[in-house]
Amino acid sequence: MSTILEIKNLRVEYRSREVGQGVKIAVDGLNLNVQAGEVFGFLGPNGAGKTTTMNVLLGFVNATSGSAWIFGADVRQPIARQRIGYLPELTYYYKFLNTEELLRFYAKIFRIPRSQREARINAALKLVELESARKRLIKTYSKGMQQRVGLAQALINNPDLLILDEPTSGLDPIGRMKVREIIQRLKNEGKTVFFSSHELGEVETVCDRVAILNQGRLKVEGRVHDLVEKYQCNLEQIFLKIIGYEAQA
Amino acid sequence: MNNAIAVAGIVIKELYRRKDFYVLFILTALITLVMGSFKLFNDEKIVRYIKEICLLLIWLSSLVIAITTAARQIPAEREQRTIFPLLAKPITRGQLIFGKFLGCWIACGLALVVFYLFFGLISGAREHHWPLLNYFQALWLHWIFLGVVTAFVLLGSVVFTAVSSNATISFIVIAGILFVARHLNKIALQMAEPGRSILYAIYFAVPHLEFYDVRDLIIHELPLISWKILGLATLYGMAYVVFFLFGTWLIFRRKSLN
Repeated sequence: MSTILEIKNLRVEYRSREVGQGVKIAVDGLNLNVQAGEVFGFLGPNGAGKTTTMNVLLGFVNATSGSAWIFGADVRQPIARQRIGYLPELTYYYKFLNTEELLRFYAKIFRIPRSQREARINAALKLVELESARKRLIKTYSKGMQQRVGLAQALINNPDLLILDEPTSGLDPIGRMKVREIIQRLKNEGKTVFFSSHELGEVETVCDRVAILNQGRLKVEGRVHDLVEKYQCNLEQIFLKIIGYEAQA
Repeated sequence: MNNAIAVAGIVIKELYRRKDFYVLFILTALITLVMGSFKLFNDEKIVRYIKEICLLLIWLSSLVIAITTAARQIPAEREQRTIFPLLAKPITRGQLIFGKFLGCWIACGLALVVFYLFFGLISGAREHHWPLLNYFQALWLHWIFLGVVTAFVLLGSVVFTAVSSNATISFIVIAGILFVARHLNKIALQMAEPGRSILYAIYFAVPHLEFYDVRDLIIHELPLISWKILGLATLYGMAYVVFFLFGTWLIFRRKSLN
């Protein structure tokens, strides 16, 4: 299997805005590899550094030191994003556009040829079941529908790697089920999925490997099956153990 | 270039789907239409005053459209977080900035064409005289002026976080340049060193936006500007556009987006 995503000694520091707070380390010495075709769960409590790592991978934030590559290209190069689909945690789309216009815009950015553009838009809309609402402005959509718009835009370029930041956050059980089905389908198609989530049951179901981050440091990484066997408990209990949570009596 | 054009398309689409833009647009068009129709007592002077007021109104409206549109482009993308799914695609920050500039500038140009068309049709119909080349030159230079303004405001939008502060500061600076810049060299002559050199440096550094205010070309139907001068004024304006856009890119290219 080839390495699709590689992170080496990644360190990200933020200068705190509060006086006397100095520098805050968001990610500290992170090393990670994601292989082609696997579903990789990126876990950690809030503030662990998951989103910061994703932001580095997508070129939003500059690493203080270390480096990251996607498909062998430095993440700071736009070409590294050619074969990526990204779904942010919350829905951030142009509300004055309808879904079809939004997808057409992103398809242009990906330089999808005009002859294939409509077919791709139709396929993405069919996958997320938004065909009937394609002409409606995004601002009139429910939260679940907006999240599906997010998935459609993430899939418009038929990506080989999907980066999903808490894809089921704020969705109802049916919405979660649908997202899970889509991830499963992408996995069956041989796509690589790198996603963060707090839904550990869901992660256990769909992921091949996981990494658990706490306070910017990588605590555990391995195959879900191996971790469950090693710790003799489910992923949620492993997670709580690793972050040092003790239940109050 | 394709990416920049795609971004520009979105900017234009947003502009024509916003209600506040229409209010300003229709209001200016209406006032221009009404005032342009006046021909009080067949007095040529009054007609000229009214023409001058109409053109001033067009200048103010286009300036407001250019500043308010350009000022909110990048801050709004960051605030509404639409910049994240966009920059997660193979688009460079330079292309994003250029696309934003192009969209705002084209939108301003379209607004200008409509304003000048209204004004030209009304005054031409009254005076039975159609100085089309005068209109073209005035419109062209006005558009170049708006290009410089748009690029300047975009630069401000990556420096100042708040849209309102950027818009206000930009408006004051542009008004200052329009009204004061042309006199700086005369003031410098009356000053002692090193103030004189500093003021001279400012005089030569600021874009002389007053070059682009050729309303008299329409009001008084002055002879056409030489096409060579028009070309040079275009190049002069474009040089400032490039300078401001380069500055915007320098600041924005490595900015962390959280």
